[in-house]
Amino acid sequence: MTDITSLPPETTTSLDLHGRDMAVAGQWRLFWLKFKKHKIALLSLVVILFMYLVAAFADFIAPLDPNATNARFTYAPPQSLSLFRDGSFEPHVNQLKMTLNTESMRREFTPDPAKPLSVSFFVPAQQPYDLLGVIPMRTKLFGLTNPKPGDSLYVFGADRLGRDIFSRVVHGAKISLSIGLVGVFISLILGVTIGGISGFFGGWVDLAIQRLIELLRSIPTIPLWMGFAAAIPVGWPPLRTYFVITLIVSLIGWTSLAREVRGKFLSLRNEDFVIAARLDGMSEIGIIFHHLVPSFISHIIATLTLAIPSMILAETALSFLGIGLQPPIISWGVLLQEAQNIRAVAQAPWLLFTPAAAIVISVLALNFLGDGLRDAADPYESVS
Amino acid sequence: MLRYIAKRMVFAIPTLFAVSIVAFIIIQLPPGDYLTTLMADWASQGGAVEAGTVAAMRERYGLDQPIYVQYFKWIAGILTRGDFGISFELGKPVTELIWNRLGFSLLLSLLTLCFVWAIAIPIGILSAVRQYSISDYAATFLAFFFLAVPDFLMALSAMYVMSAWFGQSVGGLFSPDYVDAPWSLGKLADFAQHVWLPVVVIGLGSLAALVRIMRANLLDELSKPYVTTARAKGMSELELLLRYPVRLALNPLISTLGWILPAVISGEIIVSVVMSLPTTGPLLLRALLAQDMYLAGSLILLISVLTIIGTLISDILLAITDPRIRLQ
Repeated sequence: MTDITSLPPETTTSLDLHGRDMAVAGQWRLFWLKFKKHKIALLSLVVILFMYLVAAFADFIAPLDPNATNARFTYAPPQSLSLFRDGSFEPHVNQLKMTLNTESMRREFTPDPAKPLSVSFFVPAQQPYDLLGVIPMRTKLFGLTNPKPGDSLYVFGADRLGRDIFSRVVHGAKISLSIGLVGVFISLILGVTIGGISGFFGGWVDLAIQRLIELLRSIPTIPLWMGFAAAIPVGWPPLRTYFVITLIVSLIGWTSLAREVRGKFLSLRNEDFVIAARLDGMSEIGIIFHHLVPSFISHIIATLTLAIPSMILAETALSFLGIGLQPPIISWGVLLQEAQNIRAVAQAPWLLFTPAAAIVISVLALNFLGDGLRDAADPYESVS
Repeated sequence: MLRYIAKRMVFAIPTLFAVSIVAFIIIQLPPGDYLTTLMADWASQGGAVEAGTVAAMRERYGLDQPIYVQYFKWIAGILTRGDFGISFELGKPVTELIWNRLGFSLLLSLLTLCFVWAIAIPIGILSAVRQYSISDYAATFLAFFFLAVPDFLMALSAMYVMSAWFGQSVGGLFSPDYVDAPWSLGKLADFAQHVWLPVVVIGLGSLAALVRIMRANLLDELSKPYVTTARAKGMSELELLLRYPVRLALNPLISTLGWILPAVISGEIIVSVVMSLPTTGPLLLRALLAQDMYLAGSLILLISVLTIIGTLISDILLAITDPRIRLQ
């Protein structure tokens, strides 16, 4: 903070216009200027927005009903989508020809280039649905132009019951990505309240809360989550399971936020501008909300962003083990249950790698975004 | 020094107590008590349940008494007699089932820690000294990538690659021939052949985090005036690096053991389930799915206690290497 404001006058004049702009720029402007330089974080922001959009419009984007089974196409491999045929633009997939391998007693699928199935955008949906739960729609983003029985469109393959992996991953994004958001919201409330109390009051309250946080952080998370998640009765409605799992997952998440908030409270409590406000007769609550909170809100946003991926990973791990969310809920972890043993993966690698790619991309992007935000939250550091 | 160690050990007692309460809550969570489950189990096998047996067991575990008495009986049994209760699913005392598996869990975690440290420190140093070079960017990107891949996905992918590309079957810690054999050089070699894959899989996530921390610590140190002074005095670059900044940068790394250890143990549990290793992971999952709560609770308790002891050791190590901590 002092890097720029305490510069002697002669050096200030030698700074370029950009530098002088920096000296008087507001907090959010500095934040944005610094964030913009972090190209990967910027790209990640775009990726994340895109993924949440996909989750929001899952019904529109997924070509098939994620729960529709098709006994004809169990473990059908991905059909690659080609955009051109005979030099003209005509998106299509090749029809799958099924043969029974008498040796291994397995169905084997081969694409048949002689039978292209035309794919087009904005095709009529088989059943009408409500987009975002309110807008009645009869169109899907893409699909087979003239679907006939026996035709298939499995962009990322099909699972054990012939369900479309692509549609399931798109629908899974709704649960998997929102669990991070809901969990972070719970962590935010817990972390800011408890961390604020700890940092503001100090003394034995602070000591007790710090011990509690240390305790929670010293227990290995997976066994703890497993213990709590396994106690959820199997018969519970999906929505309730969802919320309890979110609660369990955010049980640990709030601790890092509470530490961050406490640390900021402690370090800012005796800053000049806080003392000045106090001498001016401002109330403690006023100081907290007018001066303290705005000065560390960017740090909170960064910490929150970094907490989302760990929650996504936690849900995925629990559901994968079979003690988190259960089918018929679709989440990325539930999808990975299908790929639980190496035999299934060896027979149909797309069961593993499609949901895995979705998880890795979203977690990677969220981590990069959080990293960029954290750097931007300290705008004066290494600016000069 | 002794005072510091004693103080840390006293501080660990409330934590251990709290962990035991958490484990006890987990045991109590499923509806119905242990005996109802047990009797339902016996009845389903057609066995007659004598009223006397039930009453005796109810007395032994204090199931008809208030919850704090139950907790006290449970913890007293563990502390005085080493009695963790009975696994009703397997019909054996919990102690018979867990020690062997706990040993393998501990061994696997220790090997993973050694692997992580041995690899993370040189890469971190390289990354910091050659900041913004291609190797630095590569290390940073890989670190982010491995942080984003969940352990179990890594395990599954590794197994898939090993079996599909190298034609090797993976899983377990021993070949079938050696599972029940007594320890010998051959068994040790067989163990080494099996153990490296889980160790790498569990370690990669923590490795990535450690490389980042080592790099950041060393970068902080490298910009300090004493480095410039030493350089101005004509000290050779390598000697300078290893003698001062690296040693200082290692200290915060030791304190990371406190959270690396829980992460490694968590990873070990879930990777063991996927790769079916004979450690606590598969046993814990099976116990939880069958609601075999004494077994599950004991495992969670012991895993947590081991972690706390590990953290305690790391605190003491830190105090030994860094005198500033002792004097605080």
